[in-house]
Amino acid sequence: MRAVITVIGKDTVGILAKISTECAENGVNIMDVSQTVMQDMFVMTMMADMGKSTIDCPELSDKLNESVKGMGLQIHVMHEDIFNSMHNI
Amino acid sequence: MFTTNDILETIKMIQEENLDIRTITMGISLLDCIDSDINRSCDKIYEKMMRLAENHVKTGETIEKRYGIPIINKRLSVTPISMLAAAAKGSPVKFAKTLQKVADAVGVNYVGGYSALVHKGFSAGDRELIESIPEALSVTSKVCSSVNIGSTRAGINMDAAALMGRIIKRSAEATANDHCFGAAKIVVFCNAVEDNPFMAGAFHGTGEADAVINVGVSGPGVVRAKLEKMPDATIDELAEAIKKTAFKITRMGQLVGTQAAEMLGVPFGIVDLSLAPTPAVGDSVAHILEEMGLERCGAHGTTAALAMLNDAVKKGGVMASSSVGGLSGAFIPVSEDAGMIDAVNAGALSIEKLEAMTAVCSVGLDMIVVPGDTSAETLAAIIADEAAIGMVNSKTTAVRVIPAIGMKEGETLEFGGLFGSGPVMPLSKFSSAKFVSRGGRIPAPLQSLKN
Repeated sequence: MRAVITVIGKDTVGILAKISTECAENGVNIMDVSQTVMQDMFVMTMMADMGKSTIDCPELSDKLNESVKGMGLQIHVMHEDIFNSMHNI
Repeated sequence: MFTTNDILETIKMIQEENLDIRTITMGISLLDCIDSDINRSCDKIYEKMMRLAENHVKTGETIEKRYGIPIINKRLSVTPISMLAAAAKGSPVKFAKTLQKVADAVGVNYVGGYSALVHKGFSAGDRELIESIPEALSVTSKVCSSVNIGSTRAGINMDAAALMGRIIKRSAEATANDHCFGAAKIVVFCNAVEDNPFMAGAFHGTGEADAVINVGVSGPGVVRAKLEKMPDATIDELAEAIKKTAFKITRMGQLVGTQAAEMLGVPFGIVDLSLAPTPAVGDSVAHILEEMGLERCGAHGTTAALAMLNDAVKKGGVMASSSVGGLSGAFIPVSEDAGMIDAVNAGALSIEKLEAMTAVCSVGLDMIVVPGDTSAETLAAIIADEAAIGMVNSKTTAVRVIPAIGMKEGETLEFGGLFGSGPVMPLSKFSSAKFVSRGGRIPAPLQSLKN
């Protein structure tokens, strides 16, 4: 199962490092990363393979949000199917 | 991979604009639970419903977790109980209690189907069931009732309309200590649909499969947010934007419905393309209409704006789902919609305007609080008016009015939760008693010479 991870907030040093460490520790394989600045907000989206992970999307979301606590970031982890169904015909 | 904009749009819809799946409703046929012994019939109902729906709530929660989409209600609907009451001797209230027992055990918040279809006449079991509605709804908390009193092909059963006027009144009186809530659990339909997932009008029609999963989507907040960004757009541009939004919302409903059906091993039925408001801020159909440029919902132009909205939602949704059904349209309940409540309080929205609005949208006079001293005949006449709109326009219409016992115009009846609160709305002071007391039927309307 693949998940889309989004990170929104203030750009600071070490965001990618924290997220990828947390993902690696939970067996989540990051397949694709793109980042951009929209309306002064740092926005990063990642495609991740959770097939070998023992945790699910809400758990990963909690862990990621915990790891960046105090950095002013909001992280969402959602199943790929949602975006597939909403944005592809 | 998706574009960042697509991803953020979806997240924003769910996080900020109250996008959710309003209900996953499992329809269950009880035709094989009919028995001449009411106790045996109730045992069969309990056994069958528990077998099929045991994991219904758990499945909904799993999907919620997997996709991060809130699923607000998990519900059940059953074959109209009048069909079971027809065979069994004894008070049909026993059936209601059994449905309540199932609802408690399974963990759903409502079970629909304490229903009768009497659009052309009463058969065995129908009268007994209808007469038992006030008691059934006062001794249970999760059972919902609906009665179909008219259709385009059969006309309107005026005896049934008169009877339902009395039943609504009695139900409100029987639950006077509980916000008259009994009346909020009764829907009187014309052209009732068999696959409606929404309460209180859901029942499992006899033309349906043994069990089926129907899904109702929501999202007035998402539509309003979209229109907010288009202050200078023409109406057709707004319609186009609504279509696209409805498409996306419906795709989510389709995804959830098919997943739930697969996990429960039950066929997937339909997605109901409805804009169902809640009292939450920003989740209002009235606010969409106001966003289009009306100072208040109820101002002249409201019917036109609503017609456009309703049609655009359907056009966008139809392509997004393999199977669309149910009521499919914008709901305009008063108590459940913060914008509607404000419009009534501001004197912008009257019951007459609401009636006109129901001619162009789903589904009828919904969650409207009327003075407690309203006569049963007046309630029956309201039902007849609304049924006439449905009958002539070949659409579903419904009446769910709540006589607020002991309250007068200007006061507010509080329900709480998803049901909100309803200002007591004034009705015509003139009597319809003679018309209602005639009884009989309004013949089915002509289907040609449409003017």
